[in-house]
Amino acid sequence: MSERELTFAQAVREALAEEMRRDSRVCIFGEDVAEAGTPFKVLSGLVEEFGAERVVDTPISEAGFTGVGVGAAMTGLRPVVDIMFGDFLTLTMDQMVNQAAKAHYMSGGHWRVPMVMRTTLGATRRSAAQHSQSLHAWFSHVPGLKVVLPSTPYDAKGLLKTAIRDENPVIFFEDKMMYKLKGPVPAEDYTIPLGVADVKRKGDDITLVATSSMVQVALGAANMLEKEGISAEVVDPRTTWPLDEKTIIESAKKTSRVIVLDEGYGRYGVTAELAAVIAEGAFYDLDAPVKRMGAMHVPIPFSPPLEDVTVPTEETVSEAARKMCNKT
Amino acid sequence: MTTATSMPEAGREASAENRWLRAYRQMVRIRLFEEQVNELYTRALMPGLAHLYSGEEAVAVGICEALLVDDYITSTHRGHGHCLAKGASPDRMFAELLGKEAGYCRGKGGSMHIADPATGNLGANAIVGGSVGIATGAAFASKRLGNGRVAVCFFGEGALGQGSLYEVMNLAQLWKLPVIYVCENNLYNEYTHFSETTAGTILGRAAAFDLESAQVDGQDVRAVNEVATRLVKRARAGEGPAFLQADTYRYSGHHVGDINREYYRSKQEEQHWKTDRDPIKLHANWLLSQGQAETAALDQITAEARAEMESAVKFAIAAPYPTVDQVEQDVYA
Repeated sequence: MSERELTFAQAVREALAEEMRRDSRVCIFGEDVAEAGTPFKVLSGLVEEFGAERVVDTPISEAGFTGVGVGAAMTGLRPVVDIMFGDFLTLTMDQMVNQAAKAHYMSGGHWRVPMVMRTTLGATRRSAAQHSQSLHAWFSHVPGLKVVLPSTPYDAKGLLKTAIRDENPVIFFEDKMMYKLKGPVPAEDYTIPLGVADVKRKGDDITLVATSSMVQVALGAANMLEKEGISAEVVDPRTTWPLDEKTIIESAKKTSRVIVLDEGYGRYGVTAELAAVIAEGAFYDLDAPVKRMGAMHVPIPFSPPLEDVTVPTEETVSEAARKMCNKT
Repeated sequence: MTTATSMPEAGREASAENRWLRAYRQMVRIRLFEEQVNELYTRALMPGLAHLYSGEEAVAVGICEALLVDDYITSTHRGHGHCLAKGASPDRMFAELLGKEAGYCRGKGGSMHIADPATGNLGANAIVGGSVGIATGAAFASKRLGNGRVAVCFFGEGALGQGSLYEVMNLAQLWKLPVIYVCENNLYNEYTHFSETTAGTILGRAAAFDLESAQVDGQDVRAVNEVATRLVKRARAGEGPAFLQADTYRYSGHHVGDINREYYRSKQEEQHWKTDRDPIKLHANWLLSQGQAETAALDQITAEARAEMESAVKFAIAAPYPTVDQVEQDVYA
């Protein structure tokens, strides 16, 4: 393994570039994806290498160009559709839920929609209620879609390459706050299968099941807990569908205490599903009820002190873990 | 891909047939297909919903006769006519309508979702305006892959209320995509006259994007075919998208169960269209007056189509349902 380090944004860009070199059917649609390279500059340089025919700037028409992505995927291309902020996914719902997710099934397996939708999630950028939501649970609910939530540069690259090669519509959520996070990314070609969780840190006393932005929070909390003699295991499902139930349940059985962490809303959300999976699979091995931690059930407020209390932090997670382990 | 049945495509077989006789045959086949659907539905043999295309046959036939087999179409909840006109077999269509495994979608789609890759039918769609993106995307792929295929997006005038139509018309014109938006104006958005839902003019919408556009008598199969041929040739030559308004009429209710319609349209109006504006009668009269066919030949076409549809219905009724273990198949590719 190479010791090379990339940022999360560089890893995403490299995955796209490699797949576009590998397969001429791969193309990108989205708002300001070409010369601008998106507001986060994730796609900088791609239009120069692949041209405007494959890195296609669109008007501000999320429903329209998502629909074009679906049709193009059905007829021979492998589009990567860029939705600048996850909040704008609401504009694409008919195309994703009624069209992309169902075309294969409704046609009795004839049509396929090998399309990736890249978008973002996460609060604390002071962007207020319409640029801060984490809506991945909505898509995880729909049969026919796959949902990917990378939490490191390594995972981002390997999972995105797999998503592009997948024959189904895949929604790929990137945490906006993570774009500058650095981590090791080998130069060699590699992919990571969808539906395989990763144990980000081994531990014995408590399991923190965490997704996307919450993985770094969980790892920070685990470091704090270690100093107090609590050994926390951090399990990152990496994809909410397909979901690696086995790894999650095994960890819950081993530690007997679980906190599930996800930046989406808890009610009817990813944490609810993960908690149910653990309750069904590990109930008799648990020493405490599964605890859920997610975004507060409020629209994300603008004012910094208000926004900061809406999402779990290393402090609130470690506090909850201490309580669960009776070490307060 | 299923190869459950291989019924000959009755329309496509008659390659030597005069093109206008062939158009007549195709329209009659659609009319008789829908008669069988009505029969199946009223006899409670067909589950779900049935939206009949009767009265609008000249639009689907006039346009699909201007297309090649691998050109794409997207269709609507009122899609049986498009599907047949593009070349699908009635036996597998009826099987789909009855939820049988031999159906085009193995029974998983039903009337409102029939798709047939072999004839470029990307699928009927039960969301009004739901396929406008798919058709435009197919045109994008055609252009990018350079395969010369044209995409036709059929939709009713009810879809004029959907914003995504205007989003993709804008994209198609910006990118000069080979897509033709065909607005079948049958006058009624479900149970409401379109004048109550549609501000401005229909073609004014195309003009806003500077799209090549035309309005045609949708009861005149030759007129539809003539304008479609021109727009398809243009699109195939890379000259960009077009918009066609085809004025037509829906003989039946919004769906088969829509029986009492006098609160939104009169019986006199329906009778006028059926008597004076029927696309099949109008075309028959033209064929006879031009000496292109004798009455006996037209009668024979009708008899053949009737036999074909009866046989297809029998096939579908006898066909087995999918086994329950198939319920979880094909959720993911």
